[in-house]
Parts: sequence; structure tokens; C-alpha cells
Amino acid sequence: MATAHTDHHHEETFISKYVFSQDHKMISKQFLITGMLMAVIGMIMSSLFRLQLGWQGESFWILNFFLGDKWAPDGILDPNMYLALVTIHGTIMVFFLLTGGLSGTFANLLIPLQIGARDMASGFMNMLSYWFFLASSVIMVVSLFVETGPASGGWTVYPPLSALPQAMPGSGLGMTLWLVSMSLFIVSSLLGGLNYVVTVINLRTKGMTMTRLPLSIWALFVTAILGVLSFPVLFSAALLLIFDRSFGTAFYLSDIHIAGEVLERTGGSPILYEHLFWFLGHPEVYIVLLPALGITSEVIATNSRKPIFGYRAMIGSILAIAFLSFIVWGHHMFLTGMNPFLGAVFTFTTLLIAIPSAVKAFNFITTLWKGSIRFTPAMLFSISMVSTFISGGVTGIILADSALDINLHDTYFVVAHFHIVMGLSAVMAMYAGVYHWFPKMYGRMMNRKLGYAHFWTTFICAYGVFFPQHFLGLAGVPRRYYSNSEFPIFDDLVSINEMVSIFAIAGAIAQFIFMFNFFYSIRRGPKASANPWGSNTLEWTTPVEHIHGNWPGPLPTVHRWAYDYSKPGKEQDFVPQIVPLEDGEQDGGAGH
Amino acid sequence: MITILIILSIGLAVLSIAQLMRVFEASSRLKGDSSPLPTDAENKYQSKMMLVFLFGYFAFFAWLVAKYGDKLLPVSASEHGVALDNLLNFNFAIITLVFVITHVYLFYFAFKYVFNKDRKAYYYTHSNKLELLWTTVPAVFLAIIVIWGLGEWIDITMDETPDDAVVIELYPKQFDWTARYAGSDSTLGASNYNMISGTNPLGVITSASLSEKIAELNEEIAEFEAELADAPEGGLKEEELTEKIAKWNRQLENVMSFESLTTLEKGKDDILVKSEFVIPRGKDIAFKFRSRDVIHSAYMPHFRAQMNCVPGMVTEFTFKPTITTAEMQEITGNDAFEYVLLCNKICGAAHYNMQMNIKVVEEEEFNVWMNEQKIFAEGFVDDGGTSTATVNNEVELTMIEQ
Ligand code: HEM
Ligand SMILES: [Cu+2]
Ligand SMILES: [Cu+2]
Repeated sequence: MATAHTDHHHEETFISKYVFSQDHKMISKQFLITGMLMAVIGMIMSSLFRLQLGWQGESFWILNFFLGDKWAPDGILDPNMYLALVTIHGTIMVFFLLTGGLSGTFANLLIPLQIGARDMASGFMNMLSYWFFLASSVIMVVSLFVETGPASGGWTVYPPLSALPQAMPGSGLGMTLWLVSMSLFIVSSLLGGLNYVVTVINLRTKGMTMTRLPLSIWALFVTAILGVLSFPVLFSAALLLIFDRSFGTAFYLSDIHIAGEVLERTGGSPILYEHLFWFLGHPEVYIVLLPALGITSEVIATNSRKPIFGYRAMIGSILAIAFLSFIVWGHHMFLTGMNPFLGAVFTFTTLLIAIPSAVKAFNFITTLWKGSIRFTPAMLFSISMVSTFISGGVTGIILADSALDINLHDTYFVVAHFHIVMGLSAVMAMYAGVYHWFPKMYGRMMNRKLGYAHFWTTFICAYGVFFPQHFLGLAGVPRRYYSNSEFPIFDDLVSINEMVSIFAIAGAIAQFIFMFNFFYSIRRGPKASANPWGSNTLEWTTPVEHIHGNWPGPLPTVHRWAYDYSKPGKEQDFVPQIVPLEDGEQDGGAGH
Repeated sequence: MITILIILSIGLAVLSIAQLMRVFEASSRLKGDSSPLPTDAENKYQSKMMLVFLFGYFAFFAWLVAKYGDKLLPVSASEHGVALDNLLNFNFAIITLVFVITHVYLFYFAFKYVFNKDRKAYYYTHSNKLELLWTTVPAVFLAIIVIWGLGEWIDITMDETPDDAVVIELYPKQFDWTARYAGSDSTLGASNYNMISGTNPLGVITSASLSEKIAELNEEIAEFEAELADAPEGGLKEEELTEKIAKWNRQLENVMSFESLTTLEKGKDDILVKSEFVIPRGKDIAFKFRSRDVIHSAYMPHFRAQMNCVPGMVTEFTFKPTITTAEMQEITGNDAFEYVLLCNKICGAAHYNMQMNIKVVEEEEFNVWMNEQKIFAEGFVDDGGTSTATVNNEVELTMIEQ
């Protein structure tokens, strides 16, 4: 990462400092920048397929420019390439941006700094985690260039479609690379996750009890546990798929006649894959969401100058969500012919999750009440995150209902739902986190005016893209359709598609405001002070210039929870965690 | 050329923004405004924007409902669909209420409690009463939703299918559908993927189709053997052919094992159709789904019906149509309206164009139509269905232009 600060020197070489770094702060930056680069690729892909969806069958030179004559002859997107773009877009966004990128960046940055540790439990494992992530990113990108195209079976890559190269061109080498890439990705997640868990359990500084941890750490901690428990299941799913693809087994195959021939492998079931996949897949959405909620808690409390409302309930709801997320995966499979009774059970458990989620939303809103709100760009993104979390969450209540899912499953209603509740919430929170902790990461400030411009264009375009898609879904438009002009019943909806595409492309362009601000500020932003936002948490007690071991002297001792903002009787409107309790002073979080 | 120009101008744009930024920052440093925190004016402005956004968002919602509300699916054409729509509307009423209330609070608070250095925020850590309130209120509403929803789910999926139901198998492959009626014996004949051939796309097993398939396999094996005799020894070709012959023989064995089936005659009266299938109004239609190659999903949005079609297993869905195609044409005011069956599980390049029309008619008309159809024993001609989709772009293009 050539994000060199040339103005300070340690005895390390360039290589050990920027490339094979074992310092959590550097690894965090590596994850962030790699994640951002992947996101740009994912975003460009979405703009490309939105061109096709907005103006179906029309020719765009830019499609030809990016995809060449093979996949966009005369500037018209090939249906196979459409599916490939959608697949890799989804994979990148979910895994590379919002799992690797989000957790990798903030778990690495915040865990040691906010719990008062010198570094992660194992710096070496941490470094490996990044390198596996990078390798898997590179392989995913390389898979875009293979002759038969990248994986195209949707980001869920259900077999038999993904298992049989005869089924579609994308199920050839592209799919193999996808599986290799994902396997490395899983290794990266496990290495990272184990490290995060161990670090939080063992390396908290004196006084940092579990009930004094900032909610960001709670969220990242529980996220890591979720990942450690569920990614191995995805790994086994991928492994069996690799076996079916390459070694002639039939875990997922039975009774198939394809490409004019009988397939001799029988006895398996694609439904097995779906179970294994969604056993990770559902916790995965919380792996994406919990860090987002944690970041939002920090940013909202700090900038409302108020304690987060219901700290203990927030922890409780994180734990409840995490537990429940393991017993709801079947809601993705209501229509696979599973026993209707089982479907009923999954409906019930899924709707249960709505309760802790609602508690979180209400607590965020109450935190704003009678606050003293400073509208930093980070705060704006956090408020918008609460909005998207609610807007997307409520439609989940409908999709959780097995009966209603019959008619909405796999339509654009689902696309709208998961983009708003997972995609937007996590992206908004990730932006909030970057704006908020940029001074900690780079020792400089980002430009606020550009931050505002970025926020408003992004927020407006985000809803402009995804809100109208509910209507497509309610009109019965299926997802993963290259075109819906083949069906006269969808003719009335052409203008929605066009509007969505315009917002999508405008929104994508707006992200360059951020990219510019980010890279410009790394080099030239005004120098940050040690605690620019007036925060209580420990990371703001470290020097602006990064040093190994984080604190120059002994580790700080913690005396109070993280949310003593505007505490009555205090001079300042914040009391850092390192300030001892006065005589008779109650610690806000503990007790009661 | 154009590309280079564009890249150049983007580069220039970035450079000039960078320069502007520097001027901008220098001037704000001169003004002494170097605090990282928003100025009072900025806070005020952004807080007002919160309110503006709130109204803008609601207005957008309202506009979408006004503009597209009547372009969604028409009234449900199946019995259970009407109940589902009621449930859906109830759910929408609740979530819209929740959505509006929470958004009003969220953005109104953001607007109202803007930073003021003379006012300290209210140190309010928690309230058991409030938290209990917003745990129990959602729980109560969710309980209603669960109970009602599961009631519908059980009605739809677990009710016994009556004996006089019309039994139809929907069989997808990349990229079209075939429908098979059970015929006069109301029983679908056995079928197996080993039996699939050009004249038997579903692999129905009858004594006639069996002997036909056995003959076909034998013929092909003979051809391979002839080729093998001509193939140079030790070459790739030889290996390939030997493998093929072995495979064909294994299939032949499988197929011959069906000869002992006792249900060989059940399939004779089955009726296979493509492009369009017809169902009678007011009778239960019991669908069975299989798949030839990958997972597909049979989606009939006007009937609020959907079920995945999974290779290796049989899935089911039953509904009762209540509105004929002619009536629906009147309701929608569209003479060309047709019910459609779509594929709703990604299955390959032409996934977006796997369609079949569904015609709902009165029962008498249905019976007449049935009698006109050829039964399987009379031979089935695959007319290719409606799916004109191919992976070929040129064909694609001309289709769209038409
Ligand atoms: C630039 C903004 C974005 C646009 C315009 C966009 C648009 C789309 C569209 C139109 C689809 C295809 C829907 C379909 O046919 O099934 C899609 C799929 C998907 N998107 Fe996005 N999206 C954006 C950002 C994101 C983000 C931030 C995420 C992160 C969660 C995300 C995750 C996904 C996933 C998981 C899929 C499903 C892929 C699949 O079906 O295999 N997208 N997106
Ligand atoms: Cu889920
Ligand atoms: Cu399909």
C-alpha cells in the first residue's frame, strides 16, 4: 500500500512496514484499501448491468469498452455476461467489501485500540489473514478474465448449475477460481476471527470489564464468533462442490439429463448444498450488519454528546441476534419443497429476530432525543444507517412470513429488501467509520464539505436505486433476469428500471467524491489533533503518529464505561474512560 | 481515440478539483476555521436538511405509490391468493405505520436537537420501562403476524388435495417448460431421466416408449461400435468411444430394468403440452414439479403460486383458479392479457425467457380442450415451445427490435 507518510521514520524497512506488516493499524489500512478497490470493481459492474436493465437491449460503447467484443458485441451485453456481472458483483459486495473489508478494517483498527492492547494476540496470524484476503481478492479478479467468463450462477452458486460446466459457460474455469478464491477467503476470515475473539477475551487492559467495552467491540467480538462458527460450514459446502465438480462425486447431483446426455451420478441432493450454504449465509448477513451497528453506536453516542441509550439492552440484543441468526437459515428455502412444518418453525424464529433488531433501532432513536447533535459527515452517515436499517428491516417481516414469501421469493422485492437492510446499512456505517476514524488511521482530517456532498448524493441515490425496486417485486418481476421485456406483463415498469439505473449511475459517480477526498486527505488533509471529536474511548488517548504498541508508556487503566457524555456535574461534555471515578460517582454502564 | 479523450478529461477534472481544494483549504485556514468540528452554521444547515429529507423521502414513497400502485399484480386469480393478499395488506399497514413513526422521530430528533454549546445533552442511560415497552409492543404485533401467517401457510401447504383435482406435472429444462396432464386415469405415468429422448422429453415410461428407447440405445451403441472399428488403435478417439459404449450400456441396463414396472400403462393417456397449458376455473389444480437439469422455479405470480423444481425430487403445489383469462382481460382492461408461468431460479443464459402461457377457462371448455389433445401413446411432437431465447446475441437483437 503506497500510502506513505514520509514524515516519520522507524527502523523498519519499507517492506516490513507497508507490505508484510504485523501491526494491526497497518493491517487495518491494508484491508480498507483492498476492500475499497474491490468495491470499485463491484460498483462498476453494477453500473454496467444497470445500463442493460435500464435501457434493455440498447447499445452502449462503454459496455464494449469494458467487456470487449466477446461479451458485449456492438455494445450490447451478452446474457451470460449479465449473470456473471451480477454474480461477481454480489460476491464482491457481500464478502470482499462488507465482510473482509468492513470487519477486517475495523476489527483490526479498533479492537486493540479500544480495549487497551498493544496489538492483536497474534500479529503473525493477523498478517496471514490479510494475505489470504489479498490472494483471494486477486484470484477473484483474475477469474474475470478467463475465456469462458467468471462464475455466473448467482452469488449463492447453487448446484447443479454451478457444478456442471455443461450448464453454463460460467461454470467452467471461472467457477473453479471462484471456489478457490472463496476457500482462501474463508481461511482469511477464520484466521482473523480467531484472533479477534482471543484478543478481546485475553488482552483487555486493567479495568476494561466486558460491561465497559464500547459497543463497537461487542459487535466486532460477536461477529468474529459468528464467523468462526459458520464459515467452516461454507467451507464444507464449497469442498463438496469442488468434489462434485472435479472428482466425479454426487453430493449435490441426482437424476440429471443435460446437454443431451444422461449424467450418471445420482443419489445426492442440491438441497443439501442450500442448507449448508445458508447455514453460513444467514449468519453472514449479521456478520455484515453487526459491525455496522457497532460503529453506528459509537458515532451516534459521540456526536449526540449523549450516552448510548440502553447499553445493556444493546449488548443483549447483539447476543440475541447472534444466537437466533443460527436458527433461521431455512427462510431462504421455503419453496424448496421442505416440510411445511419446518417452514413454519423457520418463520417463527425469523420473526423473533425482529424483536432485538427493533430494540436496537428504538435505542438509537432515543439516543438522539435531547442530545446535542454535531452533524459531522460520520454522524450523517450513521443517522442514514438507522434509516436504512429500519426501511429495509420492516420488509423483512413480510419475507419472513413463509406464506407471503411464496409470491415474493426471488423477486426484486427481495433485492430491494436485502440491499437496503444489509447493503446500504453496512455501506453507510462503513463510511461513517471511515470518516470518524480517519484521523486515527492517517493522522489527518478529511474534508468536511466534500463529506457533506458525498453523503447527500449517496443517501439520495441509494434510496433512489433501491426503494423503487419494491414495486418491481410487487409486480412480480423476478431477479437475475437479463431483461424483462420478454414478458408483456412487465411493460408498464420500463420507467422504474430507467429511473433506478439513472440513480445507480449517479450514485456510483458520487463515490468518486469520496475516493478523491480519501486519497487527497491522506496526503494533504489538515493534521489531526489527538481527540478531534471529544470521544471517551481509549483509541483517542494514543499519539496521533502511529507507534508500535500503541501507547508510549504503560497501558492505560480504565475506570468507567465508554459513554459518559454530558454527565451532570462534569465540566466537559465528555469524560474519557481513563478518568477515575470521583468519590461516590456511579459508573454509568455497570450497576443498576 | 474517444477513450483517451475521456480518460484525459477525467484526469484533468481530478487535478482541477485538487487545486480548488487547496485554494479552499488555504482560505479557510486564513479565516481561522481549522476546527475539525462542524461550524454552527453547518450544524444548523444539516439539521434542517434532515427535515427536508424526511419530507422528501415520504413524498418519493407517495409518488411511487401513486404512479405505480396500479401497475402491480392485478387481483389474485386463485382462491388462496386472495387470503394472501389480505395478509400482505395487513402486513403493509403495520410496517408502513412503523416506518413512518420511526422515521418521523429519527429525523425530527435530528432536526430538533442540533448542537448548542449552551445546552448540555440529557444524560439518559437507560429506562427499563421504555425498553420493556418496545420489546413487548413489537412482540405482540409479531405474534399476530405469525399466527395469521402460519394459518395461511398451513392452509396452503398442508390441506389434503381433493380426489377430483386436476393433476399436472410441470417439467422444466434449460430453457423451456413442458406440462403433462395425468389424463383419464388421473395418474401420472412413471418417468425417469434415463428415458428422455427427442420424442419423450419427460422420460415417461410406457411399454411403447420403453421399447423405443431400448431400440434407440442399441442403435447408438451399434453406431459407436462401427466407429470404434474404424478408429486408429490406441488413440484418444478409441478411448472416448469405448467409454461411451460402456456408458450407453449402463444406461441400457437401467432402462431395461423398468420393464418389470407394473405401472407401465399409466403413462399412455398422459397429455404433454408446450407453450401453453389450460386449467379449469374452480377446480383444484395439483401441480407436481421435477427438473431435467438444474434447479428452476415455477412462478405463477397471478395465482400467488411458486415452487422450486429440483432435479432428483418431486415438489408440489396446489391452488384453485378463480378467474378465467377472459375475465382477467376485462378486469385489467387489456385484451391481450395472458397468465404466465415464469422461471424464478437462476438457471442459465436464457433464464429470463423461460415462459409458458396459462389459460384459465370454464370447466366445460377445459374438457373440450382436453379431448382435442393427443395422448402420449399417440406420439408427442416437440414444437420447441415459445422459448425463442438463445444465447446468440444476434437473434436476441432482432427479437428486441421487433
Ligand atoms: C452501486 C450500488 C448497487 C447497485 C446499483 C446494485 C444493484 C444490483 C442489482 C440490480 C442486482 C441484481 C439483482 C438480480 O437480478 O438479482 C444486484 C445484486 C446483488 N447485489 Fe447489488 N447493487 C449495489 C450495491 C450493492 C451492495 C452495497 C451490496 C452489498 C450487500 C450488494 C449486494 C448484492 C448482492 C448480494 C446481489 C445478489 C447477487 C446475486 O444475485 O447473485 N449490492 N445488485
Ligand atoms: Cu437469512
Ligand atoms: Cu430459470
